[in-house]
Parts: sequence; C-alpha cells; structure tokens
Amino acid sequence: MELISHLALGFETALNLQNLLYAFVGCLLGTLIGVLPGLGPSTTIAMLLPITYTLPPVSALIMLAGIYYGAQYGGSTTAILVNLPGESSSVVTAIDGYQMARKGRAGAALATAGISSFIAGCVATLVLAAFAVPMSELAFKFGPAEYFSLMVLGLVGAVVLASGSLVKAIGMILLGLVLGLVGTDVNSGVARYSFDIPELTDGINFVALAMGIFGFAEIIVNVEQREHRETFTNHVTKLFPTAEDFRRMLPAAARGTALGTVLGMLPGGGATLSSFASYTLEKKLSKRSAEFGQGAIEGVAGPEAANNAGAQTSFIPLLTLGIPSNVVMALMVGAMTIHNIQPGPQVMTSNPELFWGLIASMWLGNLMLIVLNLPLVGVWVKLLKVPYRLLYPAILVFCCIGVYSINNNTFDVFITAAFGVAGYVFARCGMEPAPLLLGFVLGPMMEENLRRALLLSRGDFSTLVTRPLSAGLLVATLLLLAVVALPAIKKTREEAFQEA
Amino acid sequence: MRLRIRNQKDFAAGLIYMVAGTGFSIGALGYRLGDPARMGPGFFPFWIGVLLAAVGLITTGSSLRLNAEAEKLKRPELGPMAWILGGVVLFGLLLQPLGLVLSLAALVLVSSRASHEFTWRAAIVNAVLLVVFSTAVFIYGISLQIALWPSFLAS
Repeated sequence: MELISHLALGFETALNLQNLLYAFVGCLLGTLIGVLPGLGPSTTIAMLLPITYTLPPVSALIMLAGIYYGAQYGGSTTAILVNLPGESSSVVTAIDGYQMARKGRAGAALATAGISSFIAGCVATLVLAAFAVPMSELAFKFGPAEYFSLMVLGLVGAVVLASGSLVKAIGMILLGLVLGLVGTDVNSGVARYSFDIPELTDGINFVALAMGIFGFAEIIVNVEQREHRETFTNHVTKLFPTAEDFRRMLPAAARGTALGTVLGMLPGGGATLSSFASYTLEKKLSKRSAEFGQGAIEGVAGPEAANNAGAQTSFIPLLTLGIPSNVVMALMVGAMTIHNIQPGPQVMTSNPELFWGLIASMWLGNLMLIVLNLPLVGVWVKLLKVPYRLLYPAILVFCCIGVYSINNNTFDVFITAAFGVAGYVFARCGMEPAPLLLGFVLGPMMEENLRRALLLSRGDFSTLVTRPLSAGLLVATLLLLAVVALPAIKKTREEAFQEA
Repeated sequence: MRLRIRNQKDFAAGLIYMVAGTGFSIGALGYRLGDPARMGPGFFPFWIGVLLAAVGLITTGSSLRLNAEAEKLKRPELGPMAWILGGVVLFGLLLQPLGLVLSLAALVLVSSRASHEFTWRAAIVNAVLLVVFSTAVFIYGISLQIALWPSFLAS
C-alpha cells in the first residue's frame, strides 16, 4: 500500500526529536492562544512567522500547523469554563459547554471536547493522507486557465461561505488583489505603486500587512471596548464522562467529524464554518432538541469534532493545489515562501518528507493535545486571569520584534502601523479583513496565470470557458453566487451570521 | 430633499472602495497596458481597479436605499489607537539608534497608556518583565541580530 509507505515516511520525519519538540511547542502555543480570548491563530502565526525563519522548513511548518489545531482545543476550554469563546470556532461550544459547567459537569464537558477533537483529528489525518495523491494528480492536469478559474472559485467561495455582506466582501478581495500587485512586476521589471520607496519595490511585506490588519487592529478595538472581563474559576472535578455520556457523545462526534472533514476542504471553509454547521445539524437531528442550550453533550461533541476536522482538512487545497482556502492557510503560504517552497502539487514529489511529515505530525499533535490539555486545565484557567491591559503590550512587543526581524528593517514596522490604521477603519466600517488577505496572497498568482492563459489563446478570453475544466470551475462559481442570492437561502445565511 | 444615509458603514466602505479603485486604475495608466494577448504591467491592476470602483459604487448606492439596513458609524475614539500605534512607531524610530532594551521599554510604556485601566506601576513592571523575557528569548535564545544598547554606549 502506497498510503502506508507514505505515512511511514511521514512518521519517520515527525518522530525526529527536533520535529517532535516543535510540534509540542506549536500545540502548547496554540492551546495558550486558544485559551486567551482576543488573540487568535491568525495573529499568532503572523507573529511567529519571522521567527520560524531560522528553523528548518519541516519543523517550521509542523509548529505553525500545531498552533492552528492547538487553538481549536484551547478555545473550547475557555468556552466551557468562562462562557467566552477563546476562538471564533468555539462560539457554539460555549452555548452548551458552559451550561454543562454550570451544572457541575465542567470536567465531563472538557473531556467530551477533548475526546471528540481527538477522534476528529485522527480521521482527518487519514483523509488528508488519502486525498493528497489523487488531488495533486488532478492538479497536474491544470493549465493556467484552470488555475485562474480555480482561484476565482476559491475567492468567491471564501466570501460566500464565510462572511457577512457579499458585495462588501468582494470589494475586500479586489482591494487585496491590487495590494498584492504592489512591487516589481516579474515580467516587465516595472516597479508598480512603489512611489520610489526602495522597500516597496519588493512588494508590501505580507507579515506586516497581516499583523497590522489582524493583530494591531484587533488590539485597538479590544482596548476601546473597555470590557471588564469577568474571570471566575470553576472547580473541575470528575473529568471522565459516564457511559451514558459516551453513548450520546460518540455518534455526535462521528457526524461532526464527517461534516468538518468535507467543509474544511471547501474554499472558505475551515474550523469556524464547520462548528456552526455541526451545531445546527445536531440540534436538528436530536430527539432532545429542547435540551440544546441547556447543556446537551451533543452540542459540545459535534462542533468540537467538526472544528478540529475542518482545521486539518483545510490543508488539502493548500498542499495539493497551492490555493489557500482561509486566512490561516494564506499565512502558511507565507511561511512556505519564506522557506522558498512554492506551495502546490509539486511539494509532494519535491519535498515528500515535508509533506508527509506535516501530515503525520498532525496526528501526533492531536495525541499530545489530549494528554496536554486535560491534566493542565488548571494552568490554562489561571492564564485567563492575566488582565488584557498587561497582555496586549506583550502582543505588541512580539509583533514589533517579529516584523523587524524579517528584513532587519524598521520600514516594515511603520508599514505594520499603517495597516493597523487601515484595519481599524475596516473594523469600524464592517469590512471583513479575511478576504483581503486571501486576495493579497492570490493577486500575483492570478495575474500570472491570466497572463499565461491569454498568451496561449492569443488574447481570446473565451479560453476560460471553452476548456472544460476551467468552464466547470467558473460554472461552480456562478452557482455559488446564485445560490446565495436566492431569497430563502439569503435569509438563513443572514441568520447564521447573526448568531455568530 | 435631504439625502439620508441609511447605512453609514456601507456608505463609508463604498467610498473607500471607489477612492482606492480609482486611485489604482489611474496609477495603472502610468504603466504599459498592452493588450490581452500581451498583458503589460498596467493591464491587470487597471481592470481590478475599475471593478473595485464599481463595487464601491454599488455599495454606496445601496446604502442610500430607503430599505437599507440602518447602521450608524460610531464616533471613533482616537485615543487608544494613537497610544498603541504611537508606541509602535516610536519603537521603529528608536530601535536602531537606542537598541532593543530602551525601544521596547518605550513601546510598552506608551502603548499601555491606551487602556482605561492604566497605572504606572503595572506598566513599569510589565515593561521590565517583557524586556527581560524578549532579551532572553530573542537575543540569547534564537540569536536575532539586534543591538541591545545604544550604539554610543556599546563601543
């Protein structure tokens, strides 16, 4: 079996002492930031990107991936114990998890979240390994026209599935696309929009943009809100769920896993969308739907399994097609480029130990997380007591050192501050930053593929619709848009985002 | 008749898109546009700029509709933003002349002022802790090449 030999190579790489250590560090950091509300995986990964520069690429990616799925575990702890979603993907966990905690079943709720996440993590790792080869074979059939259409589908999918106002989100994509074009054009050598500033001829620094728009803007908004965060610790006793709990938890976790695995692969999918979808599904399916909101164990198991599965399978489009489907994946593209790895189908053949090592590390990471999380709950709870006024200067310190160290250039620090202002304005006007970042990453790739496609067709745009694969992708894009525009769906979609 | 802006957030967002789109398109005219078969450096940004301006027009337009969702822009508080980003800019300005220790201290002290719960005591303690921690991790731990102290003291 090819799959087994691939996984064997992966485990060999992931079990290397250094990689094991970085997987552990990633999971630990991920849990940490997952527990702390107001500090998400996007900010943390942007913060740590420059630091991974000194690591070997495999270790760097293993650590960054650990942060992402580690955050899914950590987020649930805060949701259950403090009724605050530590991450956007654990918003729904807070609903029933906190109710369970209030009824003195905090331990069972935490264990349910952990066990469900672990089940999902194991399945998603296998799915990722199984899908990787066929998907990347498909990718080799892609010409520039197909890649262009795929990116259109990816970008539209990202806004359709994952944001509020559609037109505004499309605007953010376009803004991201043009911002991505700043700097020297590879074909003509013309420095575009650089205003004779030498630093801008290399383009806008990706980390500076992400940190400014996500990190700094988030801090400004949080500080402004003057929310006094209530911190209280519940006694966590009786960690192990009862047999009855298991009987109710396992089917929900299995459904959540399946849902998360599929939704994670879609453009714009990932952890958050999966957890919402799973909660809705569990509520619809349950014979005890009245219990939902009052501490139903299915309401914890399903979404927690779904968000973890979604977090992992969202690596599939990135690793096989080279297309990031959400912001964290866009940051992973940044990490790979820092290490001179071009994301795409060739990664599997050119860097097999990186590819399979990353996948295997996810399974190991899940194992570490369940061991790490349950006994250490007390430590995490203490962390919640660190007041935000002490926490945010620390975040700023790491961001500033990080962004400076990429090029040892203070210009990047100023650019980050400028994007902090932009991010704040976006937040105020209800403009979502995630599509902008995706557009920014895909901008140069889209231009290049369109250029090549049109060069091959001698300037005939119909090449995008006469090639069957490309046409199929564009039809899918139109279908997505049409579906969202349907009145009935529009309404439920708006309701879903209101709950978010 | 006075023009009523029902959705101020969308109105502002639309304006931003229009200004940015027009700006990028006009900028693109300064580069060779070329034709579809041989796209010049200005081709793609020009058309994306046009699309962006169009999206802006739609957003602004629909914010004026009578049935648009009413949303008000909150009056921005400039204080927190000025303290936080001021601290960051100060860090950038001070880092090369004064070294990591002093510029980090400035960053922490200035940005801490943004919080309504600010106290000097907590900010100073926090600054000392963060400077010690960052020096240990970034300079001694992963050996980033950043000067610790002002250059005139180091020599």
